Amino acid sequence: MSTSSGTPESWISSFCSLLGHEYFAEVSEEFIEDDFNLTGLQNQVAMYKEALEMILDVEPEEDDDDDEEEEEDEEDISGDVRDGPGGRERRHHSRVASDLSVIESSAEMLYGLIHQRFICSRAGIQQMSEKYDLGHFGVCPRTNCNQTRTLPVGLSDIPGEDTVKLFCPSCLDVYVPPNSRFQTVDGAFFGRTFGALFLLTFPEYDLSRSGAETASTLGRSADELTMVNGMYARNIAPGLGRGKIYEPKIYGFRVSELARSGPRMRWLRDKPDDVTVLDEARRFAEEHGAESDDDDESMVNNNNRPVASARRRRPAGNPTLRQRQGLNGSPMNVDANGAESEL
Amino acid sequence: MDDYGTESDSDYTSYWRDWFISSRGNEYFCEIDEEYLTDRFNLTGLNTEVQYYQYALDLVTDVFDLDCDDEMRETIEKSARHLYGLVHARYIVTTRGLAKMLEKYKKADFGKCPRVMCNSHPLLPMGLSDIPNLKPVKLYCARCEDIYNPKSSRHASIDGAYFGTSFHNILFQVYPALIPAKSAERYVPRVYGFKVHAAAALVRWQNGVRDDMRRRLRKMEVESGFKDGEDDLDDDEEEDDPEEDEEQLALVRRDPALGAGPSGAYGGDAQMGSVA
Repeated sequence: MSTSSGTPESWISSFCSLLGHEYFAEVSEEFIEDDFNLTGLQNQVAMYKEALEMILDVEPEEDDDDDEEEEEDEEDISGDVRDGPGGRERRHHSRVASDLSVIESSAEMLYGLIHQRFICSRAGIQQMSEKYDLGHFGVCPRTNCNQTRTLPVGLSDIPGEDTVKLFCPSCLDVYVPPNSRFQTVDGAFFGRTFGALFLLTFPEYDLSRSGAETASTLGRSADELTMVNGMYARNIAPGLGRGKIYEPKIYGFRVSELARSGPRMRWLRDKPDDVTVLDEARRFAEEHGAESDDDDESMVNNNNRPVASARRRRPAGNPTLRQRQGLNGSPMNVDANGAESEL
Repeated sequence: MDDYGTESDSDYTSYWRDWFISSRGNEYFCEIDEEYLTDRFNLTGLNTEVQYYQYALDLVTDVFDLDCDDEMRETIEKSARHLYGLVHARYIVTTRGLAKMLEKYKKADFGKCPRVMCNSHPLLPMGLSDIPNLKPVKLYCARCEDIYNPKSSRHASIDGAYFGTSFHNILFQVYPALIPAKSAERYVPRVYGFKVHAAAALVRWQNGVRDDMRRRLRKMEVESGFKDGEDDLDDDEEEDDPEEDEEQLALVRRDPALGAGPSGAYGGDAQMGSVA
């Protein structure tokens, strides 16, 4: 039903190429046309139907007859659309300029909200990973993060609350984008989930690489693939910990913690030297003997160190393979290279 | 001393220092007092550091009157900027220098902290080394006590030694009232409202480190500077209010595939692998 073939550029791609919209992925039409993906949005967006038509480049019909016909077509895909605010009556007015600008802003809002959902879907997160590879989202401003690539995130899922922020996987902190043009982009269009979900979906990105270098995956050595808490140990906040914390000095002497102006925020950039102490489940199991159940054991055994309580040792073999199998149990798991994208 | 301002013919001003600090990219510098510049004691050792030291100094103090070709003038100009920077590093830790930099700090002339939780706290320029030509200037946020790269490449190419490693720390020693309140507020990565296990475990560990520090300080009767009182030390470890939990539940209902659920003893962290 798309009529975009006649136009040189779809609304979606022209929206994404606007200045300040560099972070947006192009939501596929199939995703928007699937009614399930739009559940609940008609209550959040004024002139929902018109906005949706604009996004999908469906030509607004001036003629009433055509209008009806088209509306019937659309009923299949967008069910209870007509309950939406500003619904039916409006459609029978011929569109005036002010109307159009309202629809335009509604369309942007709707697109943003769909985008929030899309980038958490397989196809969407894959597209975002391509943008991440190309460094579209900028790098962390923190000196000790050494130009780690960042991810766009929102601090709220509700539109109108805050602008888009950048999440740095290296220091697990959020930053204001350097360019002021992003200060008009709503954070809800990216949502709170995307940043963390991205790291879980693509655990094999080598986060210690700087944005200037080509993005790559972790090496294959067993040491690099040690798992802690469901993530590769190397990828747990690589920008934090000893040597990555700023130490205030005056004429070469460190400022004491006991000074009024002494360091108070080191904890924020700290990390245990040995990240395996963060594996609370394993430590609990060690302290409390063999009480851990089987579920826990899969986690416990992901460390290549002896576990006091482990009843059976993992058979010798390729640890990588076993971990990969473990990960495949997750509904959101996508192969790091997207080879098995199913959408 | 007529047309020394060859670099910016239109921007001709009567003093070299005026021209220097008002030219683009030099916003971080403050103006060094003439008396400070003319006191030889303050320049001790710089003659070995700066090429054409005497000419450069003449240029900076507006008594330059050498007749030379453009190439030579360019070299001297460069030396003058280097000299100014090195004197600047010494000047800004003096009483007058600190006061001038403080004014600029209050106006946020050095930019604002990019960290969201710092709420645009003003930054201070600093160097990672006192030796010139090693590290470019960085920006220090007194609120999160971390250092950041300047946004613009114009500033990123300024030598850090022109500000030095001590200035920003001395500023807060001299003006302790200006030390901003510290905050334990931080970003916690979440997936559909659930904390991510790996990150949440690190946050718990970091909170432990922070609480240890606060206990240490309390024992020594030193003010910790955190804005939330000392007393709630033990309460702030897990701030999971019921409202938040409800919100999480509501969000999970939207995507049942991810509602793998909180895993008992270790707090409701969404975790990869636990489903397997």
